[in-house]
Amino acid sequence: MPKSTKRKKTFNILEHELVPKHEIVPPEEAVKILRELGVRPEQLPWIRVTDPVARMLGAKPGDIIRIYRKSPTAGEIVVYRYVVGY
Amino acid sequence: MSELKLIWDWETIKQSIKDLLEQAKQRLPKRIYEELETKLKETTSKYGLTPEEAKKIIEYVLQEYDNSLIEPAEPVGTVAAQSIGEPGTQMTLRTFHYAGVREFNVTLGLPRFIELVDAKKEPSTPIMYIYLDEEHRYDEQKAREVARRIEFTRIVNVASEVDIDLMNFSIIVRLDPVMLEDKGVSIDQVKKTLERLKIGEIEQSPNDPYTIIIKLPPTESISIMDLQKKREKVLNAKIKGIRKIRRVVIQRIGDEYVLVTEGSNLKEVLNVPGVDPTRTITNSIKEIEEVLGIEAARAALIREMKNVLDEQGLDVDIRHLILVADIMTQTGRIRQIGRHGVSGEKLSALARAAFEMTVQNLYEAAASGEEDRLLGVAENVIVGGVVNVGTGMVEVYMNPQPLRQAAEQSRG
Repeated sequence: MPKSTKRKKTFNILEHELVPKHEIVPPEEAVKILRELGVRPEQLPWIRVTDPVARMLGAKPGDIIRIYRKSPTAGEIVVYRYVVGY
Repeated sequence: MSELKLIWDWETIKQSIKDLLEQAKQRLPKRIYEELETKLKETTSKYGLTPEEAKKIIEYVLQEYDNSLIEPAEPVGTVAAQSIGEPGTQMTLRTFHYAGVREFNVTLGLPRFIELVDAKKEPSTPIMYIYLDEEHRYDEQKAREVARRIEFTRIVNVASEVDIDLMNFSIIVRLDPVMLEDKGVSIDQVKKTLERLKIGEIEQSPNDPYTIIIKLPPTESISIMDLQKKREKVLNAKIKGIRKIRRVVIQRIGDEYVLVTEGSNLKEVLNVPGVDPTRTITNSIKEIEEVLGIEAARAALIREMKNVLDEQGLDVDIRHLILVADIMTQTGRIRQIGRHGVSGEKLSALARAAFEMTVQNLYEAAASGEEDRLLGVAENVIVGGVVNVGTGMVEVYMNPQPLRQAAEQSRG
């Protein structure tokens, strides 16, 4: 569940220019992506459940998060991170 | 006449090579694809292109793109290390650099780079760049207003002296009018702060408004030590501002005013009214990780490393820095790259022995019965094996079945 019960006047970190767009990949799609990349989920880079952005999205350990990074060389690039609970 | 009709417009070409364009879009990075499309469009309107020519161009671009990709098994980490390390030898060891005229000093050059790569908790000179919102960014007076809200101000900062009066059992705070004005603090604010401490009755001196007397409750057993401690408490009492922000300077960047601070506290500054929280940044990577997450930390790390190198006039391809930042943030936390590599410990006993304390490392490995899978470079050099890099990474497997069949077929 997304954390919306916080005090209302705090800044939404997703709007910060350093934070790229994150989204949770639905499980069916995640399986497809992993097969395409030929990796096991834990071989992806990780993101912690306690990461501020992961918390905003309400991600659970085992989820895969898609990130649209701004890249100085390629314009925009899509990467994935595996949510870990440590 | 029909030959002259062969001037195509881009939309028609686009339609006829739709499939190839779609394929290019899938395979090429966004920026390259966009450039390709705009260039094709331009060329078509300027010089004229036929669909066949456009198709040829796209095919060439795709081929060139594939050729420029890194080869599998290329030791990119080693290449990055060398590409950063060599220019690194030319960096200044000088720690301080004076940014601007009377502003504060910033750690730059090699010490700063080491700090970044070491994933230090706090930079030796924490600095924030606080951008302001639409209302406050164009007016110096309004910028100062926000600056005052942010700058951490204690009694020490506005008092000229704080004395202990043993005769009357009180602490006397003499305020400095100039400092009060500078920090934008009123006497009432000071009085309120002192009241919050709850150590005695607050009284304003009748003949000097800038002198405040704190009358301690009369108790019999109070030592000099206790009084000293109370005085300390008064000195450090917070009037306003944000913890850790020691100094705020207003700087003009482009057409707006930006607050540059000594000390950093991203979490709290983001919620200060008048601040543009979407652009405000700090040079403390750890803080960014905590407040904005690992992806923001990665971006900040790349930006900071690039800034250090640019400032020294060193031209290192940003991809090497991206690789370093990717490795450092791989586990979802900032990991340091220290003397012993990324994780700080090597699995292989031989690799450790090759690095330093050869005998001790081998002795300990032998005593605990360690196993070495010979996966790294150093181990293989020692045993005379093939290094797992480049062409050394592949192995040849042969399937005898088709071979046998071919042999049989040729025999007839």
